[in-house]
Amino acid sequence: MSGLAKAEIMRSGEAGHCGKDVRSDLQVALEARTEGGIEIALESRVAAYYGENILAEARQALADLGLRDAHVTLHDEGALPFVIAARIEAAVRRAGLGQGRRALPDAVPLPAPAARDRLRRSRLYLPGSEPKYFINAGLHAPDAIILDLEDSVYPAEKDAARILARNALRAVDFAGAERTVRINQLPMGLADLEEIISEQPDMVLIPKTERAEQVAEVDAKIAKLKEQHRISRPIWLMPILESALGIENAFAVAASSPNVAAITIGLEDYTADLGVVKTSEGTESLYARTRLVNAARAAGVQAIDSVYGDVADMDGLLRWGQKSRALGFEGMGCVHPMQVAVVHRAFAPTPAEIEKAQKIVAAFDEAQQRGLGVVSLGSKMIDAPVVQRAVKLVKRAKEMGVIP
Amino acid sequence: MSTTATRVELACNAAGRLVPISVNGKDQRLYEGAIQDNPQGHKAAPAIRSCTQYPENGDKRVPDLETALRKCGLRNGMVISSHHHLRDGDRVAVMALETAGKLGARDLMWFPSASFPSQAAVVDLMEAGVVHHIEGSMNGPLGAYTTQGKMRGVGVLRSHGGRWQAIQDGEVHIDIAVIAAPTADAFGNADGSHGKSACGSLGFALADSMYAERVIVVTDSLVPFPCVPWQIQGNSVDYVVQVDSIGDPGKIVSGTTQITRSPDRLRIAEFVARFLRDAGIMRNGFSFQAGAGGIALAFVDYLRHMMKEDGVKARFVRGGSTRYLVEMLQEGLTDYILDGQTFDLDGVRSIADDPRHVATSPFTSYNFHGKGNFASMVDAVVLGATEVDVNFNANVVTHSDGRLLHGIGGWQNCLFAGCSILAVPSFRDRIPVIVDEVTTITGTGEMIDVVATERGIAINPRRQDLLDAVKGSRLPIRPIQDIQADVEKICGGKPTRPRRTDRPVAIVKWVDGSVLDTVWQLG
Repeated sequence: MSGLAKAEIMRSGEAGHCGKDVRSDLQVALEARTEGGIEIALESRVAAYYGENILAEARQALADLGLRDAHVTLHDEGALPFVIAARIEAAVRRAGLGQGRRALPDAVPLPAPAARDRLRRSRLYLPGSEPKYFINAGLHAPDAIILDLEDSVYPAEKDAARILARNALRAVDFAGAERTVRINQLPMGLADLEEIISEQPDMVLIPKTERAEQVAEVDAKIAKLKEQHRISRPIWLMPILESALGIENAFAVAASSPNVAAITIGLEDYTADLGVVKTSEGTESLYARTRLVNAARAAGVQAIDSVYGDVADMDGLLRWGQKSRALGFEGMGCVHPMQVAVVHRAFAPTPAEIEKAQKIVAAFDEAQQRGLGVVSLGSKMIDAPVVQRAVKLVKRAKEMGVIP
Repeated sequence: MSTTATRVELACNAAGRLVPISVNGKDQRLYEGAIQDNPQGHKAAPAIRSCTQYPENGDKRVPDLETALRKCGLRNGMVISSHHHLRDGDRVAVMALETAGKLGARDLMWFPSASFPSQAAVVDLMEAGVVHHIEGSMNGPLGAYTTQGKMRGVGVLRSHGGRWQAIQDGEVHIDIAVIAAPTADAFGNADGSHGKSACGSLGFALADSMYAERVIVVTDSLVPFPCVPWQIQGNSVDYVVQVDSIGDPGKIVSGTTQITRSPDRLRIAEFVARFLRDAGIMRNGFSFQAGAGGIALAFVDYLRHMMKEDGVKARFVRGGSTRYLVEMLQEGLTDYILDGQTFDLDGVRSIADDPRHVATSPFTSYNFHGKGNFASMVDAVVLGATEVDVNFNANVVTHSDGRLLHGIGGWQNCLFAGCSILAVPSFRDRIPVIVDEVTTITGTGEMIDVVATERGIAINPRRQDLLDAVKGSRLPIRPIQDIQADVEKICGGKPTRPRRTDRPVAIVKWVDGSVLDTVWQLG
């Protein structure tokens, strides 16, 4: 006690969540002091199994952040090490300490870089403040996961969420899914980039994009940070068009940078901007969506559809996805992991389509071998774009695992 | 303190576990293996009674429970039994024990077929000396009380089938059975499928009615003789007591049972259903059993769709019945439901109205000391567990920290199915479910065939036939050690073991009455 009495509380900070319904998170209350070393009070539902680990992980994080004297209260609800580090870092930063330092968890091996035109049938949204959804997200085999820092994160939680997302990019095995982050609208999105780029996300989603300049700003910031962190692999961009103006500028946005790999639409905001009701048929957004597809094709990027919000209606989701594919989209968003398999079904080519495409590809190969300039199937001549489409369809079907 | 001071003599059984050789003054048989059983002697029986001792007009009603208990000759140290078909809504068990306490009885042994959180008042009765100890499931507050070492005797955990076996073999002699009955007549015929507190089957009370020295039926829905159908025969019953309410209907059955929304649990459920299909277990005339947990319900829903797709029909399914099994019966996907307990209103309505929905008892379903039982005739069973170890031993009774969590239920008995599948997440929060060694063995790896987790399915190497059957399946079949390694990587290493004392607070019996493992007082 004497030590404590002498020690002055310099600054304090809190971060994280605890409570009966909270899982895989923890709450950190930190009081930085002038002396007395590190004292940690731990309350945890997993203390019997990992109490010592939690204390060691907390001490490591505090050391990484340069804190030598502090009293820390941890109220743990089964948080994994990367979450513990993130919440401690957020608390330390909120106390105005630890500037220029990071408490980084052990890294998992970085997956191979994503190809610009990789499969992007499904992208699974993960709220950036809810670590419990992160760890098993990859198991459901979405083509991409999105660590969302925007709409699913309260304004007061933005700082903590970007640290958590950074640690997730570093420490969570997403099982081959493209690791993407939806940053906030600019200028806040630039601060998100400062935090996350060092962990090399495969793609950044830019919300509420209306003009090519916005993409350029993000692109330049990423380029600078990549250089700073000596990152050579690509970090793709997917602007989200969510307004009438955004749709009007779809082509300019899609063509704004070679790093744009896809563009997509946010229907919630778009229909609000239009002043119409969003329906499960989507008639009200048909123009915007077809225009987006056309702009994407013209710019040579993928067109990706919005989300289907009714997680209980799998039949509706399948229908939406099939229509969406028919319009020319290559994928859509998922707001629940159980939507992933349905979306993959919706975007898979039909057996008839595959059979036809395989015949065309075979005819093309045969024509090549025989040195013929013209590809024909039966009595019909096949145009070059049709051949290209067939080649792509067969390639995609293989990537999807629909055909061997 | 006197009980804690006595040294408990321990011995190592065939499962490699240290167990007490004597419990509550009775010598115990040690577990020798899952099917090393050679019972001797004859079944136990209550005293012979004469119809001349009972009213000729069949009216066995007495004014209240107090009178009934007094007439049954309530004395200190007696064994009082109750059943758990009313689940967390039950009022009768606590009512009976409290009434016994008011009559001055002490040192009773409570012998429920299972206990529920709403029966926490039994802790007060133990503190007051009315109840000496419990032989039955101890969970929630009762589990905490037991594992803190506060119960005077040693708890004995038995499976549903093991409870029948213990009663039948005379290991437990019930002095007074108090049977809560949703419908009964004055003769004591009783049934669970009708009445305002309808709960479906009353099978768990059947052994009590047959083997107890005295039997009291307590009902809140008395009908004129005959109560039809009757699952409890009035010919076994001494007294009938009418009360305003035997329980809270809202807690007896759920209005509707809900499938889990958790994506990981749905994934596990889908894996299990696909496993049954890919392994060829799902075929015409097959049978399965699944409970009412979130994963089990989702499994039934997935399987049902696969059965429809493939045009497959089951001969029978075993409940715990729920809406999902009832719908399968109505859709013609199964010929029968053989029901041990009824979990929701659809189940209760179905068992009352549909002759293909049949109430069973632990005798028909599970009793190991019978001439066979249904459990071993089921093709596949889907169960839960709190922990599974790399040798496929599993725990259902304690939390990984050693606290008593729930009873065994039919879990051990169900392991005798053709294929026993544990459907479990590989970790909960930061607590691995796949471990080096389980805290308490409730079933040995000798009996457990498949562990299905969200990270893949592990097949017991003992079951080469199953491994062969799913060759070529797209399911992620993995060695259990690989799944364990994944989990330990995620959780940040191996968990530490719970601190415990060397004082037994409860034992886990195997289905044959031998002692499988010990629950220790927590440190």
